[in-house]
Parts: sequence; structure tokens; C-alpha cells
Amino acid sequence: MSDLVLKAIAVSKAFAGVKALRSVSFELRAGEVHALIGENGAGKSTLIKVITGAVKPDAGTIEVRGTLVPHMDPRISKSLGISAIYQQPSLFPDLTVAENIALALESGGQWRRLNWKNRSLRASELLERAGASIDPERLVATLSMPEQQLVEIAKAIGADARIVIMDEPTASLAEREADSLFQVIARLRSEGAGVIYISHRLEEIATVADRVTVLRDGESIATKRMDEVDRAEMIRMMVGRELDSLFPKRGIVPGEIALELRDVSCRATGVKNVSLNVRRGEILGLAGLVGSGRTELAETIFGLTPADSGEIRLLGEHVAIGSPGDAIRRGIGYVPEDRPLHGVILEMSIAANTSLANLKRIAHHGLIDGAEERALADGFVRQLHIKTPSVEMEAATLSGGNQQKVALARWLAIDPAVLILDEPTQGVDVGSKAEIHSLMADLSERGVAIIMISSELPELLGMSDRIAVMHEGGIRGTLDRKDATQQSILSLALGHAA
Amino acid sequence: MNRFRSEISVAYAITALLILLAFLAPGFFTRENLSDLVLANMPVLIVALGMTLVILTGHIDISVGTMFAICSVAAGEFAKLGLPAAGAGLAACAIGAMLGAINGALVAYVRIPSIVVTLAAMVAFRDALRWITQGAWVQDLPGNFQWLGMTRTASDTITFSIAGALAIAIGWGLRNLPAGRSVYATGSNENAARLAGIDSALVTFSVFTITGALTGCAALLNSIRFNQIPSNAGIGMEMKAITAVVVGGTAITGGRGSIQGTVLGVILLGIVSPALTFLGFSAYWERAIQGLIILCAVGFGAVRSRLGSRLRGDFAERTV
Repeated sequence: MSDLVLKAIAVSKAFAGVKALRSVSFELRAGEVHALIGENGAGKSTLIKVITGAVKPDAGTIEVRGTLVPHMDPRISKSLGISAIYQQPSLFPDLTVAENIALALESGGQWRRLNWKNRSLRASELLERAGASIDPERLVATLSMPEQQLVEIAKAIGADARIVIMDEPTASLAEREADSLFQVIARLRSEGAGVIYISHRLEEIATVADRVTVLRDGESIATKRMDEVDRAEMIRMMVGRELDSLFPKRGIVPGEIALELRDVSCRATGVKNVSLNVRRGEILGLAGLVGSGRTELAETIFGLTPADSGEIRLLGEHVAIGSPGDAIRRGIGYVPEDRPLHGVILEMSIAANTSLANLKRIAHHGLIDGAEERALADGFVRQLHIKTPSVEMEAATLSGGNQQKVALARWLAIDPAVLILDEPTQGVDVGSKAEIHSLMADLSERGVAIIMISSELPELLGMSDRIAVMHEGGIRGTLDRKDATQQSILSLALGHAA
Repeated sequence: MNRFRSEISVAYAITALLILLAFLAPGFFTRENLSDLVLANMPVLIVALGMTLVILTGHIDISVGTMFAICSVAAGEFAKLGLPAAGAGLAACAIGAMLGAINGALVAYVRIPSIVVTLAAMVAFRDALRWITQGAWVQDLPGNFQWLGMTRTASDTITFSIAGALAIAIGWGLRNLPAGRSVYATGSNENAARLAGIDSALVTFSVFTITGALTGCAALLNSIRFNQIPSNAGIGMEMKAITAVVVGGTAITGGRGSIQGTVLGVILLGIVSPALTFLGFSAYWERAIQGLIILCAVGFGAVRSRLGSRLRGDFAERTV
């Protein structure tokens, strides 16, 4: 067809002993949209980071337009016309759109005189080419997520990028905005740029991509022309095994109702008239698009933003939960998403992180018993296979998956009756992920009621007994395990009737 | 593992300075000089203990100098009203706690940045005090006030014991009480602390209140060493306390640090300037050299800890 713009040959990379990439090879042609798919943790992000030079591979080489690039770094990759657009735009919120674009494109000394008029003109022109109508003088902080995404694209166009990498660019876009993104991609392709397109949305890939490469557990499984594969084939290659063996669902018969919400609302966060219940030993999946109110609902149950109407009943008893302290005392645990921001405390030791929510358990007459604290943490290190030489190590020394296990250990230490897990396996490697799933199954066996918030449909379908789907702050519908499919969840999440 | 890294580099600096003095200026080690030095630094130490708590939670209190002045004057006035020194001291602590509570409430509940709140308090209360006292010093103190009405030695012993007991109690509490854990957790990651059920607003409010009370205590122990109380006491106290805490290895961003470090920081700061006098440096140079020594002590620790983390680098690199 046409010449290669990028070639990665036998790239390998391991993080703290976990192999993220095993001898992966990848090719990108000029004028091609090449989709990269795989489960979370399959190695897509690592491959991208190797290509952009953010991460140095342990082995393997990168060639750009036929030339070997021995030591790729972000500066070199930029100068070679490689441009990456991430799911989370990386813009400076307190600067204007024009300044953001200028910062990415202008070079020269720190003391040169800035030409503000040119900056603004160029920004307008690039935004127009990106199909966006955004005033270049607006502050980035005032832009919506899709608008920020478009500014990123304008930056890439302005850099005259020959290799454009898009990592989940439509994750935060509405359908109409996604359409205009596809037009931009079509234009990039017609101008001869190569586009690497990462997405979980297989339908989207089928329409936008020319070829697809499937990664699984750090290995490249196959590269196919889009017309050679169908959806089912792609899923089979991504998963590589049957869902049932991937998600260890065990036949646990749920017991009495552990937590019940009756018409719970919280005006401040937009949680509206939520009624649901979870039984002991049951895993209730909480599905919905980003912004549908899943995390907000969890925070209401946990007392961070207490409900202002409705009733919460725990084991059949009406309870008032006004603060996280109340929730913890009643045996409700909450493992939040965004670990570094809300979960583990990086500066504290593993032991101190583990005991933090239940210092009473390791305190005698009001004093912390250091030996008991270490024993408690040691127990969880063994049970959860947390990879660390000592519980005295700071949590910051652990990998993402192990940090997540420490966050889990903190809540297991309170012997929860109800455990709310918010995106429990997001950004976690494949091995840790399976361990976290099997731990969830263990907990259900012990009678813990689990509410699992997840954006990953296979995880929801594989782990949940029932799935409640949220839309605009309310529960749109609840599906039984046997009735739930990706389609039925998505259609509820988009606000359609079941 | 690396818990005492920064403390150690301060301890090295102190040792080096003392060795230098032992050879070049043995006069430094006379009994009177040492005891004077120790006693003069007890008020700073007590204030720095509170400051450690405030900085550990990720905040700062630059109003301690002003609170120190108010508490000093108040202690003197209460003594003149006939309260025994202990009673005047308790009153000073109560006033300090009250002022600290105002700071704490504004920071923790109104959520105004602590630097703004305490800057305002520092200026406003200082001027209020000036207006009330009209700049006059508190004089004609009752006989039972200076040296607590005892011999100087007895009074010094009591001062030293109180400061020592406070340092040990707070240092011990930080390590062994759940409340101490809450201070570290709040300073490291307030969101996560809140999610773990810690009332981080209450923690913040409390550390400011405690700092106020400690400042009151420090004010009394300072006042009893003189026969009159200046209404402009405590100017520069905030810088001394903050410097001691930071030199002692407590992270200015909160979450990391210790009382041991602060004690070492107070010792280093306390001996640097008299040591320079003893070593014959001109007074003009004194503060510059003082700054240099502090920079070395802290810089040394920082460089070492960065080297340490570089060695661990690959391990710390997050997986995707």
C-alpha cells in the first residue's frame, strides 16, 4: 500500500518485575489509521510511551520513516513529528487556548519577544482545521472536556504531526463531537499522516480504522485488516479465554439484605431518588457513563456528601450516616477511584496505611501497638500477595496494583459488612487484577455485600450478580446476571428504557 | 528505613560545630554559658513543638510571635492582679489557645489558607496589643513572678523540665497515639484521610489551638526570666520556630517529620550564633554564616535523600 512511517521491533519492557511488553512489534503506514486494542493492562499505554519516548524499552528498537532512533526521548519524538493525544488532555488550565497552542509549537529562547497577534491568528487557524469553533483567548479552565480534546488535536495539527497517537480520544465525547473528531482523523489520513488509534469501543474502531493490532498481557496477538475481522473475533483475541474463567464467579447464594437505599437523594451532587439493595454475599455492579453519578452515589452512602432525603437501612435497621466516620463505625468500607488522590497515603508505611481506618483494632488503652499493627499488615501482605520486602516500606515504593491492594487491605481491616469498590481494577496490571477479582469472590463467600463501580463492561458482566445502571444521577434500571449484556447495559446507561 | 535521614545530617552538623568549638573556643563549654544557652532556647523549643504539628498537617502559623507577645503581657498583667505565677501561666495558655483556635477555625472550617489567616493575625493582633498597651512595658511585677518566686536554679530546672516533658510527650504521642497518626495522615493526603474516617478539619483546628496554648506556655517561661515584660516580645519568633522545624527535617508540605528533628533543629539554631561569637567572627558576618550553616545542614539531607531515591528509581517507577 504505502511506505512505513513507524516501525517498533521486538519491544520489551518490565516494570518492577512485571512484564508490560513482551517482544512486541508494530508497524504504522503513512495514510493509515491503525487501531490498537486490548484490555486494560494489556500494554497499550506502555507501547505508546515507548513510541513517544516517555519510557525507555528494555529491549527492541524503534524506526521512524526507515531510520533507526536509538535513544527515543520526548523531545526527539516531537521533532520527528510524533504527537500524542491522551484521554486526559494535558493542557495548562490557567493559560488561554492560544498560549497553550503556542507553548507546544513555538521554539526559541526564553527572552525572545512574543508575537501575541500571530499566536492568536495561528490558534484560530489550527482550531478551524481541527473542526472546532473555540475562541483562542478563552482560558483552558473554562473549556469542556471535548473542547480541550479539540485543542490537543489542533496542537497536533500545528506540529505538522506525521504520526498521531490518540489514546481513547472519544471517551469523554458525545456522539456529535466524536463525529467531528472522525472527520479530523479522515483529513489527517488523507494528508498522509499515520494515526494510531486506541479505543475500547469496537464499533468505533470498525468504522474508523484500516488495520487493527490486538495486545494481550503484553504480547502482540495479531495484526489484521479491518475487513478480515469482526467484533466477536476481536473480543476473542483480546480476552483470549472464556470470560467465566477470567472472572472467577462462584455460586454463592446471597443472604439477607445488607444495605438498602430508599429514595435517596443528595441535591449537592445530583444523586436523585436512588433505591437499591445489596444482599450479603452479593456483588452489585454499578454501571453508567462517566458523570452519571456512580461515584457521587458511593460518596453519599459513605457519608462524604450525606443524603438530604430518603432512607438508608443497614441490615434492616435505619441508619443516619453523616460522615465517613459514621459509615466506618457501621461497617461500610469505600475504596475510592483515583488511588494517589484518595486511596493510599504514599508517604505512610504499608502498615500505617493498613491500620488507618481502624486504629481502634490495633490500639490498646488508646495506644497504637506497633507490633500488632505490623502483624495485621503482614497478614494482609500475605493474603493479598502484596509484593514488598517489608510492611515498613512507604506505600510510594509499590506498583499501582500493589498500592490498590494496600487500599483494599485498609478496608478489609475494618471487617466490613458492605464494601464499595470504585473502579477497583483501573490502571492495575493483569495479574493483580485477577487477584483482586478472586479476593472479591472470597469476600462474598464470607458474606460481605459488595457494590462495584466499573466502567469496564466485561468486568461488570463477569463479576456482578446484578447490575444497576445509572443515568443522570438516578438508577435507570437493574439487570439480573442472566439478562445483562453489553448492549442492555449501554442502552440503559445512555438513558433508553430497558 | 530512611526515617531519620534528615535528622542525622543535622546531628552531624551539631557535632561538627561542637568539635570545632572544643578545639578553638573551649570557653564555650562553661557551665554558665551552656545553661544560659539552654534556658534561653526553651521558649523557642516549646513554640517549635507546636509549629511541628502545624507544619506536619501541611499548614503554617506565622502568628506565633504575636501570640507570644500577647501571652507575655497577659501573664504579667494577671500576675499583677495577684494571680500566682502558675495561675498566670495557665491564663496565658488559655489566651494562647483561644487565639490559636481563631486561627484554626478560619483555616479548618472557613478554609482560608493558613498563611493568609496567620499573616492577618500576626499583624492585627500585634497592632491591637500596641494600641492597648500604648507600647508600655509591664513593670513592677510582683516578687513571686520572676523566677517563680524561687531561686533561679529551681526556676530554671522547672522551665527545663516542662519543656523537656512537652517535647517527649508530643513526640511520643505523634508516634503512639491514633491522634498522632491522624496528624500525619491529614498532612500527607487530606482527601484520603477524610475517606479513612479521620475528621481532618478537627485535626487542623486542634493543631492550631495546641500551638496557641504552647505559645502561651513558652511566653510565661520566657517572662519569668526578666523583671519586666516588653510589649514587643516575640518579634521574629515565628521565623526561629519555622526554621528549626524545617532544619529538623519536617517537610514544609506536611506529612513527614518528627519532634526529634525539631529538637535537633532548635539545638543547631541555638548554638550557631553564640558559637560564631565564640569563634571570633565579626557580628556583621554572623547571620550570613548562620544562614550558610543551615543551608548546608538541610541541603545535605536533601541531596542525600535524592540520591537515595535515584538508587530506588526503577522500583519507584509506576507500572501502567
